[in-house]
Amino acid sequence: MEDDLIKEFLTETGESLATLDLELVRLEQDANDPALLGNIFRLMHTIKGTCGFLGLMRLGAVAHAGENILGKFRDGDLAVTPAAVTLILTCIDQIRALLTALEENGVEPAGDDARLIAEIDAFAATGVPAQTSDTVTAPASLDEEGGYPVAAELLLEVEQAIAGQSAHPALPAASAPAEPAAAPPAPAEHRESAVAGASIRVNVDVIETQMNLISELVLIRNQLMQTARRQPESDFKVPLQRLSHITSDLQEVVTRMRMQPIGNAWAKLPRIVRDLSVDSGKKIQLVQQGAETELDRQVLELIKDPLTHMIRNSADHGIEAPAARLAAGKPETGTITLEAYHESGHIVIRIADDGRGLDVERIRAKALKNGLAAESELAAMSEQQILQFIFNPGFSTAEKVTNVSGRGVGMDVVRTNIEKIGGAIDMKSVVGQGSEFIIKIPLTLAIISGLIVEAGRERFAIPQLNVIELVRVSAKSGMRIETVNTSPVLRLRDRLLPLVSLGKLLKMDAPAAGDSGNQFIVVTQVGPHTFGIIVDRVFDTEEIVVKPVSHLLRGIGVYAGNTILGDGSVIMILDPSGLAGTVCQTQLGAAADIAETPPAQAGRADGRTSFLLFRAGGSDLKAVPLELVARIEDFETARIERARGQHVVQYRDHLVPLVAINPAHVWKDTGKQQVLVFADDTRTMGLVVDDIVDIVQDTMSVELSSDTEGLVGSAIIAGKATDIVDIGHYLTLAFADWFERDGELARDAVQAGRKVLLVDDSPFFRNMLSPLLSAAGWQVTMAGDGADALKLRDGGQNFDLIISDIDMPRMDGLALAQAVRRDPGWRATPMVALSARAGEADIAAGTAAGFNHYFSKSHRASLARDLKQVIGVCGEHAEGRVTRRAS
Amino acid sequence: MSTAPNIAAAANARRPAPDGSETFVTFVVHNQLFGIPVQRVQDVLMPDVIAAVPLSAPEISGSINLRGRIVTVIDVRKRLALPPYEGTAQKRRMGVTIESGAEFYSLLVDSVGDIMSPGAHEHESNPSTLDPLWRDIAEGVYRIEGGLLVALDIERLLDIAIKF
Repeated sequence: MEDDLIKEFLTETGESLATLDLELVRLEQDANDPALLGNIFRLMHTIKGTCGFLGLMRLGAVAHAGENILGKFRDGDLAVTPAAVTLILTCIDQIRALLTALEENGVEPAGDDARLIAEIDAFAATGVPAQTSDTVTAPASLDEEGGYPVAAELLLEVEQAIAGQSAHPALPAASAPAEPAAAPPAPAEHRESAVAGASIRVNVDVIETQMNLISELVLIRNQLMQTARRQPESDFKVPLQRLSHITSDLQEVVTRMRMQPIGNAWAKLPRIVRDLSVDSGKKIQLVQQGAETELDRQVLELIKDPLTHMIRNSADHGIEAPAARLAAGKPETGTITLEAYHESGHIVIRIADDGRGLDVERIRAKALKNGLAAESELAAMSEQQILQFIFNPGFSTAEKVTNVSGRGVGMDVVRTNIEKIGGAIDMKSVVGQGSEFIIKIPLTLAIISGLIVEAGRERFAIPQLNVIELVRVSAKSGMRIETVNTSPVLRLRDRLLPLVSLGKLLKMDAPAAGDSGNQFIVVTQVGPHTFGIIVDRVFDTEEIVVKPVSHLLRGIGVYAGNTILGDGSVIMILDPSGLAGTVCQTQLGAAADIAETPPAQAGRADGRTSFLLFRAGGSDLKAVPLELVARIEDFETARIERARGQHVVQYRDHLVPLVAINPAHVWKDTGKQQVLVFADDTRTMGLVVDDIVDIVQDTMSVELSSDTEGLVGSAIIAGKATDIVDIGHYLTLAFADWFERDGELARDAVQAGRKVLLVDDSPFFRNMLSPLLSAAGWQVTMAGDGADALKLRDGGQNFDLIISDIDMPRMDGLALAQAVRRDPGWRATPMVALSARAGEADIAAGTAAGFNHYFSKSHRASLARDLKQVIGVCGEHAEGRVTRRAS
Repeated sequence: MSTAPNIAAAANARRPAPDGSETFVTFVVHNQLFGIPVQRVQDVLMPDVIAAVPLSAPEISGSINLRGRIVTVIDVRKRLALPPYEGTAQKRRMGVTIESGAEFYSLLVDSVGDIMSPGAHEHESNPSTLDPLWRDIAEGVYRIEGGLLVALDIERLLDIAIKF
């Protein structure tokens, strides 16, 4: 970290010095340009500040002397004379010399610059003699208008934080000799080569050109290889092989050269947040997600400063002081979330804080005052519209004059930088709850992994990110495409997958008849939507450089770009969200809108469940949660046999018992029998149904609890009265020992309207318990793990009871319990642990983490009873004793 | 893909037209001679494989790779509502590649002709009887020896309506 900082400092300062040289010369020619003076001063100030930050005392002293004299120029205390400029240039040369030594040895050289500093100070003193005895510590409010002084401000603050905080005294007087001060810079063996030379900044055009030249090289290589293939005995064969390998390596290097994980741009942020929080006495945690998301190098450079700036704004102005947070009912520690991910051809970066949000009134007033909008216009605007003024250039400048690190400073620069690379920034803020910035950068410059497919004799690339799996459709594989009305669908495991034929969608001719009849389905996901793309062939996955399509093709909507493959051919890159639009006609606009719902969570968090609707043993509509259904099968009736008085079918080398809803079911002799297959870890059972009606999404809300065996109750699903089948009942019919279901639970409606959160990573278990709880009058919300559960908390939801599994990915039950017990809002919620592991030690750990009750999952017979006991009791006296039930 | 002799060099070798008139790269489409300003022409090539772009406007033949750049190929016959080309595989059409707004386009033509610098006095505005589609794209007509040269306006030629 320290090493990196120094490296970066060397590169940056090297550049600053070069600029300073130029600008000083210009200053000599036009001594009265305040903008120029301001810029020069700031550059020197930055160098000085960074030196202090890194503990480079000797450099800092020299830079301070230089800054001192420049400050006098700026304030008009000293005239800009050639002699003065020469002195400053001498000062810069000395800094440069020190930098060179630092770069070589990793530490500042011994010795001091007292003479030079004395000379400079003496010169400065001839103007205003009383000003020479100040120390290196910077005056607090020196920053000037113009530009984007994030780094300078930051360093100033960080430096002050260190000066005020650390055990070291404030930086010593200007003439102090270099001493082994704070944090000795990196050991020498880490810098084998010149740092400024080891990393250079290259214009993106150069890299683009290089990329193009390499593509050309690949083409020539391929041509040569083809020629050589016709002459098997050619002497060129071996060197050609080598040429081929080197070309491939070269291609890879250039590709890699352009990509970096976004985490590189974040490396300094934790430190900045930490220092700011120390400085301000706030408690702030920075949560980083998706640091490995790869980003084009140039893009990364361009978003680095905006990101730093926005994080700093969040820490500085968004997050409140601990006392204010507690008073507002929030956790003492504020959270800033920084997240990056790929989404439909874009890289999305989200910066969110749970602070106070932006002050709409202040922004309104400022916009009015600065003449950005008339009062009448403002009156007609929504709050979110008014907030957008912070991106307005006219907005921040005025703010900056009055307050160096004022809120909204530089947001226009942030936006400009992002728009420069074809990105967009959006912002949402809710007073008291925090603000959220979403930056969307197109993949225009990026390289993605693409699955190459063929349809209608043309090849296309599908971004691999959106591809879930590939399914081969053929007579042999047993998978076939069916149609509902005219829409093709595929039965894939437990659901019907809508399909779209790429060839038809793109209005291409069908492949020549006589093709093997094989087709492939690329199962694709876009936000909450999953669908299949029918293609004729599937090739490999290739790393492709996304190039924007010509403006003549931009309106088509199904292309995300085009690219040149390794063999030199041009292919189109499909835009999955564009394709999804044609499949799932509705709601895709909303799904694509990143501001609306976080991906992946959409289905579950809103309490909606997918149901499979079917008819069996009567005309009443019946439903089971779709997630419970492992598979839908058509069995030949001839395959249905009888064993131990049960109907069974041989299925994947096992005997699967078949159960009918209606005990008087008349088993058919011919044709096929549709069966819903349910499976637990070890056992499989089939429920015989007459026909499958539909798959719908709706909330699970049992209106009428049922006395009928095998029914949980009745609910309104998709507007129709529907019986919800209690799969548990039929499981016990199939396997007497599956588990005993406690019928009383369903009838107990004491807890009507109370809310329970069910956290379990196993959909089977979740869907098993959910109807039981629902029937008992609980309103059930489900989450797949602790992290999802906490997201609900962050969404402001509250529950009367939390039932949680222990072993879960990402965040397990124990961590969840600890988090809940720490949270002021959720602290008092009773928690029940359900786990397959229920030894004494496990129970003790659960209790220590904050669970009120701990039950074993493996004893299903007692589970329902125990649960009933708990959910009947809790709510009235939440705390109480810890129930133990070891297995 | 093969590149024809360097057009720009050929143009430089020629004496500049004395009256300051324009120099054209000429090409033939459906037996009609057309010209576009030589400065706009980047390259003349014979496309090997044109990758189709389904759903694009009918005038767009597809895309090709020109030294790592993706170039959109425009079928001039379709653009001018002329009958389809009936050449054989041996007699492939040529692509006249031009740059417009940082993007590259290649105009697919039957054959590429000479570089010509007709005199300004030979210039005529579009005949009023000209097909409105042509009139929109043609910048004017030159009376040259042995025929007429229709000068095309590149921007208008590339102004292809996108049909959704």
